[in-house]
Amino acid sequence: MTSANPLESTASTPSTPSTAPEASAVKRRANRSYTLITGCAVAGLIVLLALVSFLWLPYAPDDTSGGRLAPPGADHLLGTDKLGRDLFTQVMTGSRIAVEAGLGSVLIAATVGVTLGVLAAFAQGWLDDTLSAFLDILIAFPTLLLAMLIVAARSATLESAILAIGLAQSAVVGRVVRVLVKRVLAQDYITAARTSGTSWLRITAGHILPNIWPTLVVNLALQFGLAVLAEAGLSYLGLGAPPPNASWGGMLQEAQSTFTTAPAGALAPGILLVLLVIGVNLIADGLRDTLDPAARGRGV
Amino acid sequence: MNILELHDLTIRTTDGRTLVDGLSLALAPGERLGLIGESGSGKSLTSLAVLGLLPAGMTASGRVVLAGAPITGASERELTGVRGRDAAIVFQEPLTALDPLMRVGRQIAGPLGRRRGLKGTALRQAVTAALEQVRLPDPERVARAFPHEISGGQRQRVALAMALACEPKLLIADEPTTALDVTVQAELLTLLDTLVRERDMALLFVSHDLAVVAKIADRVLVMRNGRAVETGEVREIVGAPREEYTRELVNSARRLESALDLRSGR
Amino acid sequence: MKPVPELKPVLELENASFAYRGRTDPVVADIALPVESGQSLALVGESGAGKTTLLRMLLGLARPTSGAVRFDGDELRPRDREQMTRFRRDVQCVFQDPYSSLDPRRRVGGIVAEPLRSLGIDTRRTAGPKVAAALERVGLPADAAERYPHEFSGGQRQRIAIARATVCEPRVLLADEPVSALDVTTRVKVVELLGELKREHGLTLVMVSHDLSVVASLCERTAVLERGRVVEQGPTAQVLGAPAHPYTARLVASVPRLPTAAGPG
Repeated sequence: MTSANPLESTASTPSTPSTAPEASAVKRRANRSYTLITGCAVAGLIVLLALVSFLWLPYAPDDTSGGRLAPPGADHLLGTDKLGRDLFTQVMTGSRIAVEAGLGSVLIAATVGVTLGVLAAFAQGWLDDTLSAFLDILIAFPTLLLAMLIVAARSATLESAILAIGLAQSAVVGRVVRVLVKRVLAQDYITAARTSGTSWLRITAGHILPNIWPTLVVNLALQFGLAVLAEAGLSYLGLGAPPPNASWGGMLQEAQSTFTTAPAGALAPGILLVLLVIGVNLIADGLRDTLDPAARGRGV
Repeated sequence: MNILELHDLTIRTTDGRTLVDGLSLALAPGERLGLIGESGSGKSLTSLAVLGLLPAGMTASGRVVLAGAPITGASERELTGVRGRDAAIVFQEPLTALDPLMRVGRQIAGPLGRRRGLKGTALRQAVTAALEQVRLPDPERVARAFPHEISGGQRQRVALAMALACEPKLLIADEPTTALDVTVQAELLTLLDTLVRERDMALLFVSHDLAVVAKIADRVLVMRNGRAVETGEVREIVGAPREEYTRELVNSARRLESALDLRSGR
Repeated sequence: MKPVPELKPVLELENASFAYRGRTDPVVADIALPVESGQSLALVGESGAGKTTLLRMLLGLARPTSGAVRFDGDELRPRDREQMTRFRRDVQCVFQDPYSSLDPRRRVGGIVAEPLRSLGIDTRRTAGPKVAAALERVGLPADAAERYPHEFSGGQRQRIAIARATVCEPRVLLADEPVSALDVTTRVKVVELLGELKREHGLTLVMVSHDLSVVASLCERTAVLERGRVVEQGPTAQVLGAPAHPYTARLVASVPRLPTAAGPG
């Protein structure tokens, strides 16, 4: 609790940081915006790819005119797969699915998870136990099984996959939110707000959400990456986006057998998958730091 | 030969801030030095540096010599040999200093077994003796308890027993009574005083509380912003501080205390 | 020091006991403790003696399992909105840890304005002058309102917390170890500030503290708690100066004092 600030002194005017910490703060701030910019650039590239795919594709997704396993070249930038379809086209449509899967799942996970988590944190006694147990069961429930149930009830579409992944992630997000909120609730400033007659609704909006946001946003970014990967897995099992909408996961799976002869088929979606996940995590890191007034310093 | 010598000890963070700045001090065997300062003065870091226990991201330069052996620049392995044997430390918060999942007896048995090579019944007897020597009532019951099952004062006594287990020549106490109630603090200070005298240990007592330091130490070193402000006999410093900062410290303490004088003795 | 006849206590614990749900052994039992206007009260005792529980009951955060909390003579009814609004306005609090008591994501201005806005006294727009006045009262510059808590030291944070607690001009300030986390030089200044608020704004303090010198500096009355019961209460000079209960005597004797005479001998 004791601060290492040497200016922890008796002066009644706010302390002004001395020059050495000021300089390092500037450096840290620069690093931070660097993180955010890199993240935006990397993830933005893939989002751009996805957006362009709506307007223009090098080939039709089901065009098999390229010949089997053509190497990368002028006609086919990344070559073709074993059915002769253009790989770059597939990567582009795949990016669309990846972004949709990530955003959709995280949106569901955030809405349902935060609501459940906040409720569970406020609840006491049996209600807290019940909500926690519910979240635990949902966590223990395999995403795959959940997805199969949803697909059985609806159909094998991208939306079904997103719904299954989003619900499964809600439980994880809910658990995290519950702990975060409990920690904030134990702070004295919450008691101070209560003894000032602040309503719980205002406490939640004004104190709790702003204080759990940094950790939450990082967690959601992590979930985004996991959702993209999970969708890839479900697609492989035929529980995700149906062909010819190749998702990156499906492409990876298909290219597995021909990896030694035509590595581009696996490398392209693999690298983009990694880039997207890294990009989103960099954005989350950058956001968290920019949102923290203590790390941000004054007037920035 | 001095048990502890610091020559120009400087502690810096990796981002270039200086937390302790050119501190020198010497401690003879059996001597008791109080290190006093407010938060951020670097007093706790200094005590950690003596055992090479600085947190990650901080580097010490200058020389720390403990019982003739250099600490700065020593390998972790050499340091492990020094800790406990030459010097041991007691921290402010005994609850975090003890492993919450291990019974008290086993925690004390650890260093005893390692240092003295004791086993079985001999070890168990040594544990009981260690707890007895810090005046814990019913040492056998305490040995079987988990840290959360005993009171704060008792936990601090256990921490003290652990520190004394290997009969160090220097005891470092970092705000050992700050987290305790006033009555418990008084008891612990008396105990500490007795133990240090009986064993002829040197004591480095770190605290923000001048009155507490005055009770236990012979000499004090006042620190501020990582530098030594003033050093001398306790009575001298308290009675006639030379430096402005020390004067402010003493006056503040006196000012609060005077409230007690006005009221009492009616 | 003559008691004014027929003066109702501002706050009063009336034979109040508190036990946690599902527990039979009470944390505090049968506490009868009046807080009269202008007679600041200190609660002293070991950790775990129930001081903080008493404070929470007086704040209306914990309801006594038996007995009552009275505010201006009326029993406190958490469902009575009109009474609770008056109560919240008149009774505010300050905490021990200046690092946990201020929301790190709010500017100081917003923190200090919270009671005004939550109690419906002011809006964000009209709170400004009162916030500035409150900050000035605790010795902070007006531009502090634009800053974040992390830019201030422990003592300054405690001043901000006091500004928040006094912005709506309460009659009673409940304080849980308000200076024990502060350095001694800072401690003196915050104690002086609290004394000033008492004198100039007629604030009555109810303070939990283990530091008897702080108690003696600020409180006219002292109640000593031991294991959930009040073992002694009365004027501070009497309780600390001539303790009637052995525990109080031990407490007073345990306070470490600076050596008086200079030089050897």
